[in-house]
Amino acid sequence: MLRRAAFALAFALPALPAAAQGQLNLYCSATIEWCQPIARGFERESGVRVNLTQRSTGEMLAAIRSEGRNPRGDVWWGGTGDPHVAAGEEGLTQPYESPRIAELHDWAQAQWRQTQGRTVGVYASVLGFGFNTELIARRNLPAPRCWADLLNPAYRGEIQVANPNSSGTAYIVIATLVQMMGEDPAFEYLKTLHGSVNSYPRSGTAPITAVARGETAVSISFVHNAAEEAAAGFPVGHAVPCEGTGYEIGSMSIIRGARNLQNAQRFYNWALSAEAQLAASREAKKLQTMANRNVPLTDGAPNMATARIIDYDNARFGASAERRRLLARWDREVGALPR
Amino acid sequence: MFLGSSLFFWLLAALGAAILPWHMQQDGVTVAGLVALGQEDPEASSALWQAMAFGRFWFWPVVAAIALALPGALPAGSAARRAVFLLWGGGLGLLAIVLQGMAIGVQGWSWPWLAALFGELDDRQFGIGLGGSLAFLGCLVMVTDGLAMRGLFKGDRFVSGAVGLLVASIALFTAWPVLTMLGQMFTPRGDLGIGASLVERVADSKIWGLACVGSNVNCGVFWNTLLLATCTATAATCLGLCFALIVTRTQFPARRAMRLLTVLPIITPPFVIGLGLILIFGRSGVVNQIVAATTGVELGRWIYGFNGVLLAQVFSFTPTAFLVLIGVVEGISPAMEEASQTLRASRMRTFRAVTLPLMVPGLANAWLVVFVESLADFGNPIVLGGSYGVLSTEIFFAVVGAQQDFGRAAVLAGIMLVVGLCAFLLQRAVVGRRSYVSVTGKGDVGLPTPLPPPVRVVAFAVAIPWAILTIVVYTMALAGAFVRVWGRDWTPTLSHFQRAFAIEWAADGRMLFSGGAWHSLFTTIQLAAIAAPITASIGLLAAWVLTRQRFAGRTALEFSLMLTFAVPGTVIGVAYILTYNIPPLEITGTAMILIACFVFRNLPVGVRSGVAAMSQLDKSLDEAAITLRASTFRALRTVVLPLLKPAIVTALVYSFVRAMTTVSAVIFLVSAEYEMATVFIINRVINGDYGLAIAYCAVLIVLMMAAIGLINLAVGSRRLGRRAAPAALPAGGRA
Repeated sequence: MLRRAAFALAFALPALPAAAQGQLNLYCSATIEWCQPIARGFERESGVRVNLTQRSTGEMLAAIRSEGRNPRGDVWWGGTGDPHVAAGEEGLTQPYESPRIAELHDWAQAQWRQTQGRTVGVYASVLGFGFNTELIARRNLPAPRCWADLLNPAYRGEIQVANPNSSGTAYIVIATLVQMMGEDPAFEYLKTLHGSVNSYPRSGTAPITAVARGETAVSISFVHNAAEEAAAGFPVGHAVPCEGTGYEIGSMSIIRGARNLQNAQRFYNWALSAEAQLAASREAKKLQTMANRNVPLTDGAPNMATARIIDYDNARFGASAERRRLLARWDREVGALPR
Repeated sequence: MFLGSSLFFWLLAALGAAILPWHMQQDGVTVAGLVALGQEDPEASSALWQAMAFGRFWFWPVVAAIALALPGALPAGSAARRAVFLLWGGGLGLLAIVLQGMAIGVQGWSWPWLAALFGELDDRQFGIGLGGSLAFLGCLVMVTDGLAMRGLFKGDRFVSGAVGLLVASIALFTAWPVLTMLGQMFTPRGDLGIGASLVERVADSKIWGLACVGSNVNCGVFWNTLLLATCTATAATCLGLCFALIVTRTQFPARRAMRLLTVLPIITPPFVIGLGLILIFGRSGVVNQIVAATTGVELGRWIYGFNGVLLAQVFSFTPTAFLVLIGVVEGISPAMEEASQTLRASRMRTFRAVTLPLMVPGLANAWLVVFVESLADFGNPIVLGGSYGVLSTEIFFAVVGAQQDFGRAAVLAGIMLVVGLCAFLLQRAVVGRRSYVSVTGKGDVGLPTPLPPPVRVVAFAVAIPWAILTIVVYTMALAGAFVRVWGRDWTPTLSHFQRAFAIEWAADGRMLFSGGAWHSLFTTIQLAAIAAPITASIGLLAAWVLTRQRFAGRTALEFSLMLTFAVPGTVIGVAYILTYNIPPLEITGTAMILIACFVFRNLPVGVRSGVAAMSQLDKSLDEAAITLRASTFRALRTVVLPLLKPAIVTALVYSFVRAMTTVSAVIFLVSAEYEMATVFIINRVINGDYGLAIAYCAVLIVLMMAAIGLINLAVGSRRLGRRAAPAALPAGGRA
């Protein structure tokens, strides 16, 4: 205890970051390669000192929830939209109307309206297939183009998709299929697919990593993840399903009780501008579609305008009750099936 | 002696309450700020001054209780009368400090019913700082002094104080956060009530299902976890024993290298072993390709699921078992084996009837430690588990995954705690109350007996292939740092090191650490170096108290010391921010929360290795010192500690290394200022940038090797027996 008291003296004293002007606590849920240009870009632009903390979206939600009574962060940038929506439902984030809202794509504006201004889209990622080109050639498998192709018995034991109980990506797969086919046919589809799935890993990016390393031939994952593996030198191809597909919205929210509210709003407006989105996403070599209409697409990125993108119902499928119902049905009808 | 009287601690408490600033200061304490009487800012004032000048009435009880204890602290009056004052004053002081801290937070009253009872409070307070900590410490020691004066703990103030400190720190940094977390179990879910939600969460077929017995479906996570942990613990303990026997009891030429080899997996950040195994045994791995090319048989994906996780966990935890066992095997006195042989027992019989039984506490300890580590392991199941879920991954994803259900995580964590408790009780039942003393004060003990030939053969047959496999896995894994794209493009390159650890020279000749990894590396080394000695000293103190002292509640204390070990890192991480983000202990975002997390998470290994080593030391050794009028503290320092050197090394090495390699708990606790190396590495892995991640791992491994060498050098080895020649005493040097 004596020793601990000595530590209180040495370390604990500079705790409680001063609510001084000129700083911003940025919570970032994108990859660090993307978070850093965002933080540095805003520092250069505004002179505000940015304290960057990077965690995955789920971890960040858990942290913000735990800090609810004494918030540490000011603004939460990036990461899939559902946890942002959940944080809004729980009153952990606050509404804000940026003058730049009109510059955004419809899907970004729709999310902002559906959450009463608590969350706004900053980028979108399209769901699709990733496949290992070498493995497919070696086994004489066709490259998958459509959802229906995956039911081909030739793919038996070659497909991976994450477990929807743990992965937001896999939940978006279910929600997308339900919206495209109707609920009962969608579950029939998943049941048939189950016979070809070799495992349901816990993490959403595990299937595409397995594809890249030749551990499985095909995965259902975000197209940009597949493109990133390919850019890293792996034999990975990707496809946007021909029947249409869903997407996730990378989002941004201002945390309720932010200690540096003015800077948070300043950052919010800056992060929605075309210049900021362009510069940061190019530096991080990201393939997602940016929310601002004036940002041109990166080469090789899936075009949301030409790909058949469904009109994703964030309000219904983001709500926690509907999520729980669909997950329970998946557990009962698909997860419990023998292989 | 001034320090030896209660007056010192009374003055400490009075200083904390009257003079020093009570709350934590935002910008640190200046020398002028130390005298917090008469400050203009209430937040910078002492408790007494806040109560007098700013109407903070809740500090009056604290001040009054400390004043009440004064007659007990003065060296006058009968011991019984003084004990009463110390107990009441100190006890009420502790109560007042805790209650005021819990009741009044940053937004006034912490609980709505207080506001309803007394009306809204137009004031607030932040977390306690220097003054509060000292007052708490002072009151605590006054209470333990009072207890000792009443004749508890045989009237020994040192023992009483040590137990008090242990109980208080366990209560503050383990029990409180874990209970806070478990309290989440009762949050209602959706439209269900508290009871219905709890029942639904506990009685879940995903936890208890036994469908796998009949068909090809996954069982509940409870059974998965239990099976995995049992297999891992048994396999790792056997392997650990083989290595320990070879290193201590044979003349095997490479046994020093073997020590290094078995330490290697511990100092490797998670994920690396899993990824290395995939490169070797995965579907596109080396083994599969060779087998397919030579025999045409497709081995497939056997590495994913139970098999792979088991293999990876045995890799990861054999070194833990080895570290616990080596101290035990070294500590077995050869005298008993010699006695056995003098009585014409064969070597084999001696091994079976003398050596092995003497190792039982060590084996049971190693088994328990590995069992609990396997329970809490997260990195291996996540990389290799595939569809095979275990409790730790379920808890992680219940908190951060698509379910976002803290209540479910709390239920699963509760189950994990119960499993840990059962393993603990089982281990106690096995070890029992028999005596395993073999180091006594009776002079020269002779040379350790060589192993009987069959045991020798088995040990080598098991350990050598395993050692070779370890070398191969590590070579494969570490190769990733030196090639362009790991597992794909094997062109050699050093660019990953360059990106991480670049150093530039600024125009004015200063060195600039421009690589991306420097900041987290410096922070990590600094915090790990602070945490390791604290862990070792608290752990060994606890071990000494647990083995040498008899008092009520000893078993409860022992279990609560093991508690953090049975809780997965994610739960500890979330529990820590839930608990320490708000007053009275507001340490989120500081280095202190990271250090506390390291210390209390790694404490169990310090305690276990201490207990295992201590139960081999004859109690008459310290009794002899005490008979010669040494104080308890002096006996501990001059007799017990030197004999515990292997245990000290184990505790120091383990906690230093763990502090540098732990991930799951820390990921919630890092802040921009205090970023840890592992979190940096994990972010790279998630991003698919294995090259930089492994390059960083390689640097960490080299650093930790150096640190382990330094620790061994600094602590030295104990010398049992009088033969000095190191060649004759295999127990001599440590790698």
